[in-house]
Amino acid sequence: MKNRILQMSTFFIVMFALALMSPLMVQAKTLRVAIVAPSASNDLAFTQSIVDGMKVLQKNRSIEVAITDGTFIVADAAAAIRDYAKQGYDLILAHGSQYGGSLKEIAPKFPKTAFAWGTSANTFGLSNVSSYEAASDEGGYVMGVMAAAMSRRGAVGVIGPIEVGDAKLYVDGFIKGAKAQKPGIRANVNYIGSFSDVALAAEAARAHMSAGADVLTGTAQMVVGAIGAARSKRAAWFGTQANQTELAPEIVVASQVYKWEVVLKKIIGDFDRGVLGGKMYEINLKNGGLVIEFNDSYKLSKKVKKAGLKAIAGIKNGSIELR
Amino acid sequence: MDSSFALFIVVATIASGIRLATPFLLASLGEALGQRSGVLNLGVDGVMLISAFGAYYAVLKTGNLMYGLMIGIAIGLLLGLFYAFITITLRAEQGVSGIGIYLFGLGMSDLLFQKLVGTPRPTLPFMPLDIPVLSQLPILGEMLFQHSLIVYIAFGLVPIMSFILNRTNYGLNVRAIGENPEAADSLGVSVILTRYSTLIIGNGLAGLAGAALAIEMGIFQQNLTNAMGFIAIALVYFGAWTPKGVMIGSLVFGLVQAIVLQCKSFGIIPRSASDLAAMTPALITILALVVVAKRFRQPAALTKPYVRGE
Repeated sequence: MKNRILQMSTFFIVMFALALMSPLMVQAKTLRVAIVAPSASNDLAFTQSIVDGMKVLQKNRSIEVAITDGTFIVADAAAAIRDYAKQGYDLILAHGSQYGGSLKEIAPKFPKTAFAWGTSANTFGLSNVSSYEAASDEGGYVMGVMAAAMSRRGAVGVIGPIEVGDAKLYVDGFIKGAKAQKPGIRANVNYIGSFSDVALAAEAARAHMSAGADVLTGTAQMVVGAIGAARSKRAAWFGTQANQTELAPEIVVASQVYKWEVVLKKIIGDFDRGVLGGKMYEINLKNGGLVIEFNDSYKLSKKVKKAGLKAIAGIKNGSIELR
Repeated sequence: MDSSFALFIVVATIASGIRLATPFLLASLGEALGQRSGVLNLGVDGVMLISAFGAYYAVLKTGNLMYGLMIGIAIGLLLGLFYAFITITLRAEQGVSGIGIYLFGLGMSDLLFQKLVGTPRPTLPFMPLDIPVLSQLPILGEMLFQHSLIVYIAFGLVPIMSFILNRTNYGLNVRAIGENPEAADSLGVSVILTRYSTLIIGNGLAGLAGAALAIEMGIFQQNLTNAMGFIAIALVYFGAWTPKGVMIGSLVFGLVQAIVLQCKSFGIIPRSASDLAAMTPALITILALVVVAKRFRQPAALTKPYVRGE
């Protein structure tokens, strides 16, 4: 009888220990993540932001990351997403608003694979698709406030790609911020119709400056051209997605930096708990997913910086509502 | 909007259109030369991309803009020699070979950029030339005489190429080979050498176009040209294979782009129609192509490899 009790006790202790260890065992397993993104991994903009976010998570966990970047062509991205799913990757990140249609078609065919895409709030009602979004209008608002406060000619210019996703949010937030700071300000917006046309973005910046804008901003990977044009005329620049200071330290005032690791951590945590999708995640100023990084080498007036910091505080404490 | 401000915007738009037209003009002049001799090169964009990277990297390392331009041209010349060897000596199908060159350029320029540079790093861009007296002229000064050196080189090449094609023996040989290589060969004109020369020069101009683009903006990025080379090929058809026609086509394309940009900046084109407006330059080019295709005939020997006696 004693032996039987001892055997039973040992069995329960082992089972209890295994139960306690199981999450650790799951975590110890190398997670295989694939990223499919439209531009280069080091574009100082949209794609780099997700790659950098994943690198942060890799410091604390074993994650194998495969990247297919430069897939401006949606069909190429779709082929890459499908290939990664066939290869058995655990989580596939389709990092581009333009990839939604492809994902909607591919994801149901791989029900055991977790997919996440952004920037969007749409999961298509699929249980293995999550979406993530940047509340880029928050940073846009802050930048707009500062841009209006520092514009001497009463005009600011915005260069956007296509009016979708976080680009649209950022642009709308920027305009709202500029108008809130200076209601009479002229805020010109130019969506050039492309995420990749660097030359056209440069010319759009010149068009804004010829129309009187002395402070510019822009979003998406083609803005490197616009920053160059702004630099040649010494117009101030506000960046977004990644810190763009090194592209033109003499004109970049501040950048809204995406810290995707905030949502990636949640997505992976849910994956560990067996949740493959069906959720929407967001980075914003309050949860630390969006950070305003100032360029210390730019001589920004205290008054302008104060206005920016006040806007950040207002958004965080809810006194400024954007939507 | 008062009249002086409206005039200011018109001037800025035309200046912008001229700047935007420049890389198209350089690339399409080169392509026109090749096509006049009977060789189609769909790889223009690839040549532009590798040359753009070469020029950018040279400027990044040396800080010398002219050195960058030279490197860009040299890369174009070398790729022209390579393409000529494939299509003329090996007689490979021109369309497929051109696409191969494009894909090679797209991949190689990105690979080199990732390995040698990594994150985009700005370089010194071309500054506008301050031409004495002319640049100070009212209206015309800003519109025409405050551009960078490369703009004047591009537009200066138009009369030079017209002269070469229409008034020199070499030009006559090029045109004859593009129309009837057998007849030209029977008169002692070397079809092979002439076609080699047009492709080498033509790709050199594509190289210059790529270099100009990268240096003008002071940056390189993956797929920097954004298919400009393909638009340049369309502009050759638009311009009916003449330097003057190609220049008009490039200017129309550049000016329409500039007008759309300005209209969007001023809110004349509503944001809801923004994407539609972005298509305007391409739509106009397609419409013009339809008109031109009915009125002009392409060189008779275009895309046909030449083999003596066949």
